Amino acid sequence: MSLSTDQVRRIARLARIDLGEAEITATQAKLNSILGLIEQMQAVDTRAVEPMSHPQELAQRLREDAVTEADRRDAFQKIAPATEAGLYLVPKVIE
Amino acid sequence: MIHASLTELRAALDARRISSVELAGLFLERIERLDPKLNAFITVDRDGALAAARAADTRIAEGRAGPLTGIPIAHKDVFCTEGLATSCGSKMLANFVSPYDAHVVARLKAEGAVMLGKTNMDEFAMGSSNENSHFGPTRNPWDTARVPGGSSGGSAAAVAARLAPAATGTDTGGSVRQPAALTGVTGIKPTYGVVSRYGMIAYASSLDQGGAFGASSADCALMLGAMAGFDPRDSTSLERTPEDYTRALGDGAGGQPLAGLTIGLPVEFFGPGMADDVRAAVEAALDTYRALGARTVEVSLPNARLAIPAYYVIAPAEASSNLSRFDGVRYGHRVAEYTDLADMYAKSRAEGFGAEVKRRILIGTYVLSHGYYDAYYLQAQKLRRLIAEDFRAAFARCDVIAGPTSPTTAWAIGEKADDPVQMYLSDIYTIAVNLAGLPALSHPCGFGAGRLPVGLQLIGGYFAEARLLGAAHRYQQATDWHLQRPADGA
Repeated sequence: MSLSTDQVRRIARLARIDLGEAEITATQAKLNSILGLIEQMQAVDTRAVEPMSHPQELAQRLREDAVTEADRRDAFQKIAPATEAGLYLVPKVIE
Repeated sequence: MIHASLTELRAALDARRISSVELAGLFLERIERLDPKLNAFITVDRDGALAAARAADTRIAEGRAGPLTGIPIAHKDVFCTEGLATSCGSKMLANFVSPYDAHVVARLKAEGAVMLGKTNMDEFAMGSSNENSHFGPTRNPWDTARVPGGSSGGSAAAVAARLAPAATGTDTGGSVRQPAALTGVTGIKPTYGVVSRYGMIAYASSLDQGGAFGASSADCALMLGAMAGFDPRDSTSLERTPEDYTRALGDGAGGQPLAGLTIGLPVEFFGPGMADDVRAAVEAALDTYRALGARTVEVSLPNARLAIPAYYVIAPAEASSNLSRFDGVRYGHRVAEYTDLADMYAKSRAEGFGAEVKRRILIGTYVLSHGYYDAYYLQAQKLRRLIAEDFRAAFARCDVIAGPTSPTTAWAIGEKADDPVQMYLSDIYTIAVNLAGLPALSHPCGFGAGRLPVGLQLIGGYFAEARLLGAAHRYQQATDWHLQRPADGA
């Protein structure tokens, strides 16, 4: 499996990373060498194997649906690039 | 005092031979003098350290000192520290000041440990050489033309150069053990779930685990004791009774203190690919373990060769999801000019992330994209089980597993910087441990060519941290590799 430049552009778009045309080819070569390494996995027959996500097979803990955190909006918004009246500012999305 | 163990520092502080303020001053002076060359720190918090040291001195005077009260430490810059910059080695977070403390930071603060500053690292913990830091590479104190390993290279170099007596790190694929090996210090990664990930900026959540660096196994045991423990804010934190990680650190020289210990040697870890100088040091260390009474047996981890491919699916997949939070809206870098929201996201992320982080996000995005999930992520999770089962089978025949931590000693800065796959292969002996979620440590076991440190890796079954620390401690009582230090001016 090796990625075309169009596929690299599509993945970059999905990942919301702006890749300039000059970067596409260099990125393509590096991604393909990494995918070459990953490809070794495909030789193994795993049809009878259950996937593993947590070493202790831990189930997600549940808790009461109750407020446990204090309101720290000011502290959290102090580190935002742009806020106004307690809201995060982004470019206009809906006309 | 600079070279003293944490136990010796505790005794000196309790006996008032030195105050915590004086001790912090000694290490701050070394950082100021030696770090411009090493670049082990991203942020030094002189005022915060001295204030914490004054509070520690009061606590000691009142007889309320814990094992680490008044002892200077450094945190890897992946751990959020309230009111102090937390960059994660990235331009994306170059101006980020966390509004809260990571669980590990809060625990060590509560213990009265004195934080000197935040250490350099590969951006978002992605790397094996510390060259991927936005703040420039950290240099190896044994040879400043060489890398210290990564991603916790700053913490490892700081402890090796005695800019801090101990430090925290994180280990997703070897990021504590490999830099420990390359800088000649001891580093431990506990069982997955033992140390809370709350406030530890996420890379690959199913593999990330906090760990510690010290000059010795005993120092690591004290650090781990302060860091470990259940935290409801981490959904994969394990609810277990707190442990005393120093409990197996037996004393008394001579004899065969490791009699009854069976060490498994995986054939796959001793094949070609290991440098001759590393092999010689590792073989000599195994002779020492045998002389101390341990028995060695051959074991096999047949699927270990699949660890790197599986890791480079799972880790990038989880990273692409975790790092989607960096969008230039709530925190982090926002590009100066943009046309619309999508353009703002894409340009902020293009400017904020370095090349390796972008590569891993792209790989992760690809393997999770429609139609590829089963072939990649699911297949990798199945291999993960095969790898974990290999370890389970091996531990039926032995108590701990030993081998090299890294196939080579520290390499030259720039040597592998343009070849990601070569860089990935340097973690060949450490990655399988993360996939299985097992505890492991690396301790110094000699020097290779050019007097560069070599590390021995000890891997244990789940929750065998105390046993690993105990075995390494016995080795360190019989040898002095862990007491060797690089020259200050190196």
